[in-house]
Amino acid sequence: MRKLAARRGGMEISMNTKVTIAGVEFSNPVMTASGTFGSGMEYSEFVDLNRLGAVVTKGVANVPWPGNPTPRVAEVYGGMLNAIGLQNPGIDLFLKRDIPFLKQFDAKIIVNVCGKTVEDYVEVVERLGDEPAVSMLEINVSCPNVKEGAIAFGQKADALSKITAEVKKHARQPIIMKLSPNVTDIAEMARAAEEAGADALSLINTLTGMKIDIHRRTFALANKTGGMSGPAIKPIAVRMVYQAAQAVKIPIIGMGGIGSGEDAIEFLLAGATAVSVGAMNFVNPYATVEVVEGIEAYLQKYGIKDVNELIGAVRER
Amino acid sequence: MKRKVTAQVVSQRKIAQDVYELWIATDLSQEVRPGQFLGIYPKDKSMLLPRPISVCEACAQEGRLRLVYRIAGQGTREFSTYRTGDDVAVLGPLGNGFPLDAGEDKRVFLMGGGIGVPPLLELAKRLCASKQIILGYRDAQLFLAEDFARHGSLYVATEDGSAGTRGNVMDAIAQNGLTADLIYACGPMPMLRAIKRYAEEKGIPAYLSLEEHMACGVGACLGCVAKTKDVDAHSNVRNARICTDGPVFEAREVEI
Repeated sequence: MRKLAARRGGMEISMNTKVTIAGVEFSNPVMTASGTFGSGMEYSEFVDLNRLGAVVTKGVANVPWPGNPTPRVAEVYGGMLNAIGLQNPGIDLFLKRDIPFLKQFDAKIIVNVCGKTVEDYVEVVERLGDEPAVSMLEINVSCPNVKEGAIAFGQKADALSKITAEVKKHARQPIIMKLSPNVTDIAEMARAAEEAGADALSLINTLTGMKIDIHRRTFALANKTGGMSGPAIKPIAVRMVYQAAQAVKIPIIGMGGIGSGEDAIEFLLAGATAVSVGAMNFVNPYATVEVVEGIEAYLQKYGIKDVNELIGAVRER
Repeated sequence: MKRKVTAQVVSQRKIAQDVYELWIATDLSQEVRPGQFLGIYPKDKSMLLPRPISVCEACAQEGRLRLVYRIAGQGTREFSTYRTGDDVAVLGPLGNGFPLDAGEDKRVFLMGGGIGVPPLLELAKRLCASKQIILGYRDAQLFLAEDFARHGSLYVATEDGSAGTRGNVMDAIAQNGLTADLIYACGPMPMLRAIKRYAEEKGIPAYLSLEEHMACGVGACLGCVAKTKDVDAHSNVRNARICTDGPVFEAREVEI
């Protein structure tokens, strides 16, 4: 338990920053958003991974994926688009190299799992089941789904229910379903995942966007469309976290443009139990730890003894 | 070690159409190797990502770095407005840089095209070799050519024929009957492809500095990859990260 002695009005108060999701305890609510932080190795040059609640890894599949052609990234106003295409080294190398690296740190390990078919997901989930250092699995249901004609699992409630139930059947660790924001009703998707057995939800994944290079008259990305992230999507993310939190009882990990303690607090108040820092790592490689410190400073400023008091605590005006 | 620091602008001046020379004061100057680059963050918060800008020259003693860049969009346009004393947020040093050992005491080509010219200057300064420097420009605005002339035999090509050989760097090699044991190059993709073919024909190594749109600059996001000939050890697929495994690759390692 991370207890902080803080001074407020000359009085020492001790603060709790610990949060619990599906029985897994995190030293604080700050995590990394999948795909923006690799397996932590690159950013360990900038931040102490021991300070983070969890590292959520880049998505890993049953076999290596080469990803999309370049350009894979483009900047847009207040954000960016990416179409990396889930390039990953496959579960074998991941288990041999990335997990031993992450084990050295206090941050909990959450592995993001991707696949093209239900069977792909199940295979990875089963392999990870033998790895006790992995605390939770985050199931990326925004991948292209070959069997369903490239419609992401996460965009239809029945497909989401099916994969959630199937993964849950095979998973040894608690599962987090990562929801796509590219849906009409996020509450319906959140409920579908909860009813099918999800232990937690994470949202939002990126919003599908497009940028056109008017000088070359081409798409900015080779993939034409890409997922938008960054501060420009934060209000949409806060709204969706709030709506999902109203709809379900399972914990939510909120993300979308978080780069400061203030940003994180907004998500906690909206109903998130934890938060992830994504694109803002690219803007500020120290962002994750600064968010941890920013949350602590907020607790101190308002004399809040337990970060859990903030979860879903937004009030009507 | 990579880090994000605040540097100060020492001076800035325009040295050709849309091309600027920016000197910044930063302790990163102690560590930067030839061919490495920095990520420069625009101040305008609507622009999130660091712009990859190669290091043209590093003066460790004075604690300064010389950056020469072309205005390519809003970010670099903002950089061009910086004045002496301004702060600038910088991430670095990034990338592997050119291998100096490979060319030591050999007859080498240093080939630069357009805004690929600047990253070769620090290499030209530090490399002990018989240096033939071949620079390609659009026109007679031969930025940095005088600096290069101090470090080897200089050959110039211009697209409009207004200086040196009319054409590109390959035309300059042919016209001057130049040969080498090894090549270092930076420039536009068609030029790098031609150099890769040339090096393969001659059976000599060529170290090419590649460019790609980047996000993190530190190897985490996998945004900037180059197709590799063999499976890359880190990615486990035929992709290498330009920002960390590169930007310099031996021509035979990459498919460009």
